[in-house]
Amino acid sequence: MKLLSFKKGIHPKYYKELTRDKTIELLMPKDELVYPMQQHIGSPCKPIVKKGDHVLVGQKIGEETGYVCAPIYSTVSGIVKAVEERLNFQGMQVLSVVVVNDYTYEEVPHLQEAPFRDYKTLTKEEIVEIVKEAGLVGMGGATFPTHIKLSPPAHKIIKHIIINGAECEPYLTSDHRIMLEEGTCIIDGIKILLHMFSEATASIGIEDNKKDAISHLKELCQGEPKIEVEVLETKYPQGSEKHLIYAITGKEVPSGKLPADIGAIVLNIDSVVAIWRAVTKHRPIMRRIVTVSGKGVDKPSNFKVRLGMSYRELLEAAGWDERRTVRIISGGPMMGTALSSVDVPVGKGTSAILCLTAEEIGEYEMSNCIRCGRCVEACAMRLVPNTLHQAALNKDDETFMAYHGMDCIECGSCSYVCPARRPIVQTIRTEKNRIRRK
Amino acid sequence: MEKLFTVASSPHAHQKQNVQSIMRDVVIALIPAFLVGTYLFGLKALWTTLLCVLSCVAFEAIWQKFTHQKVTITDLSAVVTGMLLAFNLPADIPIYVPIVGSFVAIILAKQMFGGIGQNFINPALAARAFLLAAYPTAMTNFQKPERFMGSAPVTNWDATSAASAVDTLSGATPLVAFKLGDSSYMPSLMDAFLGNIGGCLGEVCALALLLGGLYLIYRKVISWHIPVCYLGTLFIVTMLFSGHGLYESFTSLFLGGAMLGAFFMATDYTTTPMTHKGQILFAVMAGIIAGVIRIFGGYPEGVSYSILLMNLAVPLIDKFMKPVRFGGGKA
Repeated sequence: MKLLSFKKGIHPKYYKELTRDKTIELLMPKDELVYPMQQHIGSPCKPIVKKGDHVLVGQKIGEETGYVCAPIYSTVSGIVKAVEERLNFQGMQVLSVVVVNDYTYEEVPHLQEAPFRDYKTLTKEEIVEIVKEAGLVGMGGATFPTHIKLSPPAHKIIKHIIINGAECEPYLTSDHRIMLEEGTCIIDGIKILLHMFSEATASIGIEDNKKDAISHLKELCQGEPKIEVEVLETKYPQGSEKHLIYAITGKEVPSGKLPADIGAIVLNIDSVVAIWRAVTKHRPIMRRIVTVSGKGVDKPSNFKVRLGMSYRELLEAAGWDERRTVRIISGGPMMGTALSSVDVPVGKGTSAILCLTAEEIGEYEMSNCIRCGRCVEACAMRLVPNTLHQAALNKDDETFMAYHGMDCIECGSCSYVCPARRPIVQTIRTEKNRIRRK
Repeated sequence: MEKLFTVASSPHAHQKQNVQSIMRDVVIALIPAFLVGTYLFGLKALWTTLLCVLSCVAFEAIWQKFTHQKVTITDLSAVVTGMLLAFNLPADIPIYVPIVGSFVAIILAKQMFGGIGQNFINPALAARAFLLAAYPTAMTNFQKPERFMGSAPVTNWDATSAASAVDTLSGATPLVAFKLGDSSYMPSLMDAFLGNIGGCLGEVCALALLLGGLYLIYRKVISWHIPVCYLGTLFIVTMLFSGHGLYESFTSLFLGGAMLGAFFMATDYTTTPMTHKGQILFAVMAGIIAGVIRIFGGYPEGVSYSILLMNLAVPLIDKFMKPVRFGGGKA
């Protein structure tokens, strides 16, 4: 069978074997948990607790301040130690609520006695409201609030619900494990989405390097006429929203448009599970699966953790060797963020923590561009990265725009393949921001 | 404050290839032809090649020192230029010719324009064109090989040598014979393929160059597009317009610089288009030019000029043959 795919792209070294077969392991928090008031794209939350307050599991501690926002909940019970600025994984000081764990994990009353809720009795608007109240964001790492994705303008009929199980970033196996271990939740979550968008069919896109997940979900989908498992070629950036839509529907999202414009919604595997938990079990977003991997840890693992836990706790549980590690990444190696400190909290978008050695990063001294064209062959958006790179260096906005620099999805394939080690995507990213700010 | 880790902008992973490893692969790919050249023409070929490589590297280092730039000879690009230049020379050449050629290649064609990646024409070919104009006699003084691959060819070696009364082939190289339509001076397909012909020291053995070219494709240093399109076009043009038959036209692909040009000169990254579409156009156009020069032009050989001319068209090709962007519609 021909695998679904897109044009160009790259085949990086995946290192998935480090954690692919590691069952999700529950890791309980220690004394202190930190909740940054911004864990999503959009406006930051406003803290609604103060120092000395007693909070319970599932209690809202950060309130929305706008439409593009997602509330934040405490994941332990305990005393608020401080409401102050703390370092987040992006290296920024963000207003955060710090809670001292009392280890009783007492839940708020409405969670304790929450009855099972049948989605069939709910309207689309009610489900969107539940999702919004639960604080759900895209769990793939982009952290865009889910309730906005689920409320496209009425005139845009959604025909394709695409579940992103591509997990194309190297090292990451959290979605892979979720598909294997929480498959029924995924299918039930998809049914909720199909209930919301009655004209749509659902496809679960999975790269063919996850054969066990493909056969497992195919089994679960039997008897579900509106849910299909689609096998994708293992290629980066297969999990990019636009490329996944193209691989599965054959349609290109026009430049500057959104997936909803061509009748598609893309949701991450873990987001679907979170929707199912929010709708049927009233659970706000409080946990996440995090892959801790890289050659800098002795015991690469997939952990189930409560939000707010320190990266350091996860790293220590995975046998982190600080001496071998030259760089620590939050997220995947292609698009993740390098950390200056590991004393930052797990947030809604933390898909992985990687401890990379010098050998894995493969850095080399930069030299002149030799015009080899590898970046042009790699660019999944089919741009001309080295010309954009040169334009960005020269702050030549005219050329940059003429070569459609704003279409760049910053997947990093160009920099990955560059034999001269030019910081291509890095300069393009900077130039995009500079033009946007103008 | 405790230890801080290094931060950097993503991506945090890179493929293994780098400029030096690419150039090293090209050097490795050139070694079979170098060995055969040395076998055929004796130690003179070895000395000429060494001289070219050493003077190219020296000129690059001197220039970069002199202009207070970082010395980048370890990227091995000057070594590649030196080897390619030597392959374009007859084995028995006065000592000053390779040195002048290296100066033209490295200083005039490459460093004057900003060094690696910035030159607009292939340095080795620019040097060859210059030397051919400056020292026409020395550059076409092709000697008879000292040894042969396998048994000695049955072509008119002795007749040719006798005719010119010296032990050289200056009177009638196979390409001249080909141009004149004189099949009797044409080597057999096998002799042309193995290198039992007169010519430049690195150009004669098509087999060795083909091995090197396949190695480069296997190592993903080059793609098949340029060599296949270039040789294919040259073959078709020769078939259609030279008046020779299939056999002679095919044999002619192994004569002169066609193989070296197709695999090593026309695939130079810097002076060829970046997209595969552009590369195909580049190679087809260059193949036409080479064929036209070979058949109708004033020179017996057109490979180097075909590539040089198309080098000049590369900025235009790159400008007009951009890939159609994702979501940009069918532009």
